Amino acid sequence: MNASVIALDRLLDERRVWKGQPLGPAVGTQPSEHAALDAALPSGGWPEAALSEILLPMPGRGELQLLWPTLARLSRAGERLVLVAPPFLPYAPAWQAAGLDLQSLEVIRANEEDALWAAEQCLRSGSCGAVLCWPRQASDRALRRLQVAAETGQTLGFAYRPASAAHNPSPAALRLLLEGPARVRVLKCRGGLAPARAIAL
Amino acid sequence: MRWACILLPQLALDHALRQRDDPQAPLALLSGPANRRVLQTINGAARDLGLRPGMALTAAQLLSRDFATADYDLAAVERCQQFLAAWAYRFSSQVSLHYPRALLLEVHSSLALLGPWPRLEARLRAELDSLGYRHRIVLAPNPAAARALANAHDGLAVAEHELPRAIERLPVNRAGLPGEMATALTRMGLRQLRQVLQLPRAGLARRFPPVLLEQLDLLLGHRPLGLDFYLPPDEFATRIELNFEVESHQALLFPLRRALGDLAAYLAGRDSGVQRFSLALEHRSGAPTELKVGLLAAERDAGMLFELTRARLEQLQLPAPVLALVLTARDLPTFVPECRELFDPRPQQNQSWDQLRERLRARLGDEALHGLNAHADPRPEQAWRPHPGMAPPLSDRPRPGWLLAEPQPLREPLAHILTGPERIESGWWDGGDLRRDYYRVETRNGQRAWVFRGAGTDEPFQLHGWFA
Repeated sequence: MNASVIALDRLLDERRVWKGQPLGPAVGTQPSEHAALDAALPSGGWPEAALSEILLPMPGRGELQLLWPTLARLSRAGERLVLVAPPFLPYAPAWQAAGLDLQSLEVIRANEEDALWAAEQCLRSGSCGAVLCWPRQASDRALRRLQVAAETGQTLGFAYRPASAAHNPSPAALRLLLEGPARVRVLKCRGGLAPARAIAL
Repeated sequence: MRWACILLPQLALDHALRQRDDPQAPLALLSGPANRRVLQTINGAARDLGLRPGMALTAAQLLSRDFATADYDLAAVERCQQFLAAWAYRFSSQVSLHYPRALLLEVHSSLALLGPWPRLEARLRAELDSLGYRHRIVLAPNPAAARALANAHDGLAVAEHELPRAIERLPVNRAGLPGEMATALTRMGLRQLRQVLQLPRAGLARRFPPVLLEQLDLLLGHRPLGLDFYLPPDEFATRIELNFEVESHQALLFPLRRALGDLAAYLAGRDSGVQRFSLALEHRSGAPTELKVGLLAAERDAGMLFELTRARLEQLQLPAPVLALVLTARDLPTFVPECRELFDPRPQQNQSWDQLRERLRARLGDEALHGLNAHADPRPEQAWRPHPGMAPPLSDRPRPGWLLAEPQPLREPLAHILTGPERIESGWWDGGDLRRDYYRVETRNGQRAWVFRGAGTDEPFQLHGWFA
């Protein structure tokens, strides 16, 4: 008999055991609304009350289309969405066409240092549904602060970072690398192993 | 009718102590002409140094040098009384400053809301303590009796039927009689009011001025006392004079906290909030530096007002040392408390969006936050507005999620054109005329871009947005 006791839950979570009958995808409380991505993530969607990192090599690779369905769902539920120091102007007609209620959207203009502070405040306050930020040179410490703030305020936090940060460790609960217009690779997901293959959205 | 008298035995001293960081430090208030300054009042710590009221300043300085001094400021005492009347107005609609250094409140009608009396009394005491005022509180059936009993008691509550007994036991020199009359009665061997009341009225009326019988009738409630009631002012203004020249923001925070605490107490009394107030920092010469604080919604929480003002104060450059600060609030709209749901989906929500927005605005500037709205204009630059709202979309053509503030030449190598051209030709009415052909293109890196060039030309593409 094997001496080490392995918890069944852990084995299942690691998805190394085939359970015979395929269960339906786990229904998360914050689905990303992309079926393939939801199926690949252990929580069935975005990790709740945590920071998610989206790494992209350059703008215009579908980074907004990844989030728009989630943001649209939150805005229809009356949640407030905050963009902290976006790199470009959010173009209102397109955001509206994506199904967002623009009244729930707030844009904060700030420099790099103040933007981190503002993002942390928004995450911590718990009065926002989702907070998006674009930290360019965020230290590990700053990201950890954001992660803790997201936990405290029970808010979805999204940090867009350059793809070069993929090699550095990060305290974020979920890290996605945008490889192409509709291809996402999961680099890290809390609560399970990251799928090896890239996911087509 | 039940009247509470709040006696403030050392109002001038409390007012001076309130403006100091350490109320336990020895302090003496001075009065008299400049060549013969006399200690008017002193606090406990100064008494421990051997100082006594009435001592000349020079004599006091021989005993010790470790005490601070301030002027005995009658105008400040008057302002204090007005402020405290405003504070008391929260608890009763009939507040009078008939007697100096004492507040009279008719509390009988307030007890249904705030009572019973022991609870209301505890609340009055707790708030006065936190404001920093020493006090004695007595409850009696009429205002004159409440005032006289406060001379001898603290925490006494006298019902209607107990009043004669309580008045009879009052010492003559504490009964609110004029000084020489009290002395005359004492010299006649009359030490308690009971002895005075036992004398025949006709004899008293012959021997003493009518004030004596009037006061006795007032105390026993046989004659009503005409009171003029306090009416709250329509605006709030307070001035705090600093004891030394302050050059740093840090040292301004303590008096600022006091001033805003007073403002919050005043607002709670009027059941209003403040939306705009100004803080003027006075210098030795030149115009005062003015700091205007504007809020998006009416607020009255002292802690929040302090945080916001502090954030704005820290950004201010002080041109010269500050001698005094003046807080003025004229715009006092009705305060509507924010409603919170009982079953809030986020139990840890500790800060509402309004509070958060004020915090962000205070640090980042008033213009840093804006909403987003679409605008019915075909020109991309004009198709959005930084105000929240809901406008119908103009067309269902694909539009990029990101727009560049200024178009710039497309540097990325082009792979192919996805759609286009789409001609946008508009704006003749306001001078912002443009004629452009827009294309959706894909670069070699796989980026989707929104580019344009002048209508019908072969100019190089200008990048105007990203389909992100």
